[in-house]
Amino acid sequence: MKTGFKLSRRRFLTSAGVAASTLPLAGCDALDGLLSGDSAVRATMASANGLTYRVQRLLIGADTLAPEFSASEIRQGQRPNGSTDPNDEAYLALRADAFSTYRLQVHGLVEQPASYSLQELRNMPARNQITRHDCVEGWSCIAKWSGVPLSRLLDEVKVKPEARFVVFHCFDSLNMGGAGQPGYYESIDLIDARHPQTILAYGCNDATLTVANGAPLRVRIERQLGYKMAKYIRSIELASTLAPFGRGKGGFWEDFGYDWYAGI
Amino acid sequence: MAGNVETDSPEAGQVILRHGAITRITHWSWAVALFFLLLSGLQIFNAHPTLYIGEQSGFEFKNDIFSIRAMQDAQGRVEGVTTIFGAGFDTTGVLGVSGPDTAPSYRAFPAWATLPSYQDLATGRVIHFFFAWIFVVTFFVWLLSSLVNRHLRRDILPSSREIRTIPQSIREHLRFRFRHDGRYNVLQKLSYAGVLLILFPLIILTGLTMSPSMNAAWPWLLDIFGGRQTARTLHFVAMLLLVAFFVIHIVMVIAAGPINELRSILTGRYRVSGEMPGGEFRK
Repeated sequence: MKTGFKLSRRRFLTSAGVAASTLPLAGCDALDGLLSGDSAVRATMASANGLTYRVQRLLIGADTLAPEFSASEIRQGQRPNGSTDPNDEAYLALRADAFSTYRLQVHGLVEQPASYSLQELRNMPARNQITRHDCVEGWSCIAKWSGVPLSRLLDEVKVKPEARFVVFHCFDSLNMGGAGQPGYYESIDLIDARHPQTILAYGCNDATLTVANGAPLRVRIERQLGYKMAKYIRSIELASTLAPFGRGKGGFWEDFGYDWYAGI
Repeated sequence: MAGNVETDSPEAGQVILRHGAITRITHWSWAVALFFLLLSGLQIFNAHPTLYIGEQSGFEFKNDIFSIRAMQDAQGRVEGVTTIFGAGFDTTGVLGVSGPDTAPSYRAFPAWATLPSYQDLATGRVIHFFFAWIFVVTFFVWLLSSLVNRHLRRDILPSSREIRTIPQSIREHLRFRFRHDGRYNVLQKLSYAGVLLILFPLIILTGLTMSPSMNAAWPWLLDIFGGRQTARTLHFVAMLLLVAFFVIHIVMVIAAGPINELRSILTGRYRVSGEMPGGEFRK
């Protein structure tokens, strides 16, 4: 997740014949119109993300692990980013109760929809991993994460064959939504969903996950960037397409122009 | 180069075929790709304008070696401060704080140096990875063809005999006296070899080292570069060296005769001058 994102200004080129060689003199706003929002040029360039996704999926085994580190490499607390203190009513009510009434819903294209309390998730076999969190902004932070592998829940609810994506719905709206607006959401393919290091984390650095870092649950997707790792998870939905969610790009930041695949 | 289409010792005034088609195509493919990679890369850098050594970024400990920030001084004036190994420099106007005095913008690299001009990390990444693919594909086309057609051995890698002429070549460059026999001199060969065989692979591999998925696929990347944040720093340093190469490259083209040089990289055709003929060094 990230902050400080400024919505792109709309600019239109009055003349199309701007030679690339004059750009350093003319200033780089000459290309802004071509690069903004929903321009065809930008969409063409963004399709390279699909190429990156396919090549990396070919190159990397489905279960190949992200590097794990030793305890001595935890040199600081996990740096919170994005929303760090959601003020949505449903969330505040759960938080006031230390999440004792929280239930994670798993629904959508599954044979047996289910819901889990935090205690039930904690009682399942846990995975601990010391991994590096890479933010799309460029920084990294090493922390220990504890949680239940997502694959276990997927096995329990029995994913239908037509499901292609796991969608995480969150409590936070990043203060950009307002009434009726969709909040933070994210989605991943089933390869990452079933990856051994993909866990629903309830603990960080041997302590209960803090509100700043996504309590009660945040997902860890260790082979992708931080904005994929949704915090404050309300429910998990199995889906065959991403079109119905938000603006259809597969995630909160994706709807603002970020690549859906964040393995790079 | 394909200088041997004619003879190895062309007559003065003769026009030879200097650059082969692949050399010319890859040159311009790289030129365009690097232009966009640079400006989108500076956009990406602006999202977190600090460079570190090691695997992670020190927020509660210190491992940063470079940063560009906007800072408030004692009088409340906001100035751009670039810090290199702990030493701070006032770079107001370009780095840290830029734009008109009435509406200063607090950003590491100024609007004229980034694509898009405004702060937009998402689009910066879209541009960067699109042209990264073009850059990498061009690199492999060039590498493969240069190995097959011996361009690398014949034109890029200097022989041990040429290595011994480095001092002489430096003297010639200092006096702006150049051989125009269509072949690269030893300093040219070394700088091209440095860019093509060291900086290009370095900037590609350090870029890949920042990819969390590539870290899973090729964990040795983290070992050879000393962690993801060191790789990010080296990626930036390689960028600076490529910019330095570009500046010298343009200066040398102008010094050596821009029309002839530009024609040769566009059409391949190059007029050999009589200044220092025969490919032999003038004693």
